[in-house]
Amino acid sequence: MRAGTMRMGLAAVAIGLAPTAAAGQADAPGKATYDRWCAGCHGAEGRGDGPGAATMLPRPRDFTTGKYEIRSTPSGALPTDDDLRGVILDGMPGTAMPGWREHLDDREVADLIDYLQTFSRFFESQPPPEPMTIAAATSAGEEAIAEGREFYEKIECNKCHGEQGRGNGPSAPTLEDDQDRPVRAADLSENWLFNGGGSVEEIHERLVTGLNGTPMPSFHDLVAAEFLTEDQLWNVAHYVRSLAPADPPQVREVVRAARIEGELPGSVDDQAWEAAERFYLPLVGQVVVEPRWFAPTVDGVWVQALHNGGEVALRLVWHDPSESPDPRWDEWRSKVAALMEATTASAVADTTAAGTEQDTAAARADTSAAAASAAVGRPGDALVVQFPREIPEGMERPYFLMGDERNPVYLWRWESGEAGASELLARGLARYEPLGGAEPGFVAAQAVFEDGEWRLMLRRTLDGGGVEDRLAFEPGRAIPMALFAWDGSNGEAGTQGSIGSWYFLYLDQPTASTVYITPILATLLTAALGVVVVRRAQRRANGGVERRSRTESTEGGRA
Amino acid sequence: MRRSMGSMTLAILFAVATACGGGGEEADTGGTAVDEEQAGPAVSPDSAATVTGVVHFTGTPPAGEPIDMSEEPSCAEQHADQPTRQVAVVSDGNLANVFVYVKEGLGDRRFPTPDEGVTIDQQGCEYHPHVLAIQTGQPLIIKNSDGLLHNINTQPTINQGFNVSQPVSMETTKEFSSAEVMIPVKCDVHGWMEAFIGVQEHPYMAVSAEDGTFRLENLPPGTYTIEAWHEAYGTQTQTVTVGAQETGEVMFEYSSEMAGRPVPLGEPIDLHDHGAEHRVASAGR
Repeated sequence: MRAGTMRMGLAAVAIGLAPTAAAGQADAPGKATYDRWCAGCHGAEGRGDGPGAATMLPRPRDFTTGKYEIRSTPSGALPTDDDLRGVILDGMPGTAMPGWREHLDDREVADLIDYLQTFSRFFESQPPPEPMTIAAATSAGEEAIAEGREFYEKIECNKCHGEQGRGNGPSAPTLEDDQDRPVRAADLSENWLFNGGGSVEEIHERLVTGLNGTPMPSFHDLVAAEFLTEDQLWNVAHYVRSLAPADPPQVREVVRAARIEGELPGSVDDQAWEAAERFYLPLVGQVVVEPRWFAPTVDGVWVQALHNGGEVALRLVWHDPSESPDPRWDEWRSKVAALMEATTASAVADTTAAGTEQDTAAARADTSAAAASAAVGRPGDALVVQFPREIPEGMERPYFLMGDERNPVYLWRWESGEAGASELLARGLARYEPLGGAEPGFVAAQAVFEDGEWRLMLRRTLDGGGVEDRLAFEPGRAIPMALFAWDGSNGEAGTQGSIGSWYFLYLDQPTASTVYITPILATLLTAALGVVVVRRAQRRANGGVERRSRTESTEGGRA
Repeated sequence: MRRSMGSMTLAILFAVATACGGGGEEADTGGTAVDEEQAGPAVSPDSAATVTGVVHFTGTPPAGEPIDMSEEPSCAEQHADQPTRQVAVVSDGNLANVFVYVKEGLGDRRFPTPDEGVTIDQQGCEYHPHVLAIQTGQPLIIKNSDGLLHNINTQPTINQGFNVSQPVSMETTKEFSSAEVMIPVKCDVHGWMEAFIGVQEHPYMAVSAEDGTFRLENLPPGTYTIEAWHEAYGTQTQTVTVGAQETGEVMFEYSSEMAGRPVPLGEPIDLHDHGAEHRVASAGR
């Protein structure tokens, strides 16, 4: 930490020498820390327009507005120092803002808070913000959750967040922040991505104070208006918390397909799926290949897999607020495209050039072909499951972004609408070609969209059917698997979508007799080997061993 | 709908102006929130001047964008015709919904804050009125007549805004502490809903009626800069001098040739100016 402070001191000196615009604040102790760690996104003058800002949606906070989302204070009020400290230390999980707990010491954070407050005149002109009084929490439980659900509907959280809280309410496509940028209604089932934290206390505080600068209002006036009680507002928080799992999903490398006897599930909502283990595979925006994509909709897919020795079935479930194509999201799509063009057009790949108005204007004029076509057409939703063409012997796998010229990959591609599911070969992102020959295709493929959730089932025979490049699944082997997803209503198509890295699909070995015999054989073998080794040792060591064994038996007798 | 709301606004403004000027009964019985010593010199009835005028409009205003209210049937029902998003309400060459106020000329005078509130109603998933005038510290009564979820998201740049929810028919009272032209108001649940609030530290402001007319009463004699603000066509200023009991006339001319949106709202924020000019009102109360 001392080294860090020293480095920062040097940075301060360097900056002190450079002529800066904000001369009046140049000697503020927090400035060096700010310039070093924060200005890249939030801009040198705190306007939220740093070089990195153009790649982010939501954009970094513009500190000059004095509007902060995460606060303990009334709607519209400034945050307390503690509120600011919390966000600096823990970050905002649903955004690009990381936590700085490991990087900054208490002094640096305190100075930084002082410095942030110089960006907005509100901190000077307004009285110091006071946290709102928080009523005592109700205890969680089924009753609290049931009443919370009732008031979730009464105060119409569903208007933006949807019936089941998946961020897909009727107003979701039109939501904008205070700077007229499109903003998502949070998917309440993913509390690990809540900007202000996912605990019930934090959820309650958001309900009480609202999120300044976003459409999320404060609901606390309703208590004064006697529309609901403090307890009932707490119960809304309990209900919202109940929409997410108790713990954030753990990402595991291997998706296990249990072997079942008889038929595999015939539909995506077959009861047989309830018993199948769920695996969470996170996805991120594709930012490797141009045109890149920094504003993906799909951030993860829940995968279940089953096989019966003859066929394998995957059930893939993910949240997407729209069933694309959907004209209600047209405006959203064009707004996102306009904001992200600067990052997708190769002409402004150099992020250091972004940020100034001129550059943004130039970037807008130089629209990338993909962004243009996305704005004109109305793309559907899509999901791809990527496999190698055959199970690799070692750890070598094809390039994770849909392979390459030398080493293509075998894909299951599903698209919303009439296209449905198909098998393909790919040689890089968006370079698809049909499999050679007449492929046998899927035994079953079914997709259901319901209230902001896609559920897709794909079922295929294990053997490749003699078709070249068509993967033959083998139980007992780790089969590389990767996922890609596109939300058409968000303008996603081609290289612009969500991607995941390689994971493994493992089909359980048949529970045949060998499963029971192998361990027994192994045990017997080990025992036999042990006996041989011990005998040999005894013979070699003779008396020594006998003495020791005598001592042992004496001790045993005493006990 | 708009016509009646426009005149209602005017009526309210007149009431406000009268009360503040000391002419009304309420003012006489001490119905103001500011101490006499803090309030400026009263404008005596025998010296009070008036400024009236009309906002004219030449050309064809843009056609209103149709609003799809299908997601709120109870709101859609309240509109006999297809509801539209009208950025310019023009009739017979006159422009309504223009905020007109005294920008300069009042010197250091301070004015009492009226107790009586100004109401903005949410009805048929529209704001009534669309443009309203209010004094600093004066109660802003936000009414939800629709009985369905609205959130009132004010987006000032000088004042501190607020964003509160009203899921049922109810009223919420708020206020603004600083003068600001203008504060946009939006409802995030219904993206088409939009209103603008003009805030001044004095009562000399009005919103042009359907026939383009406006009236500023009970002014102390003097020379004034009068500014007109329109959401799509921007601001204009005129200077007028009025003597005791005189009525001065001011005409504003807008045309469809003038640039469309966006019109700058509020004043640009100058980081180096941490001055006090925008928070006089709160200090005065």
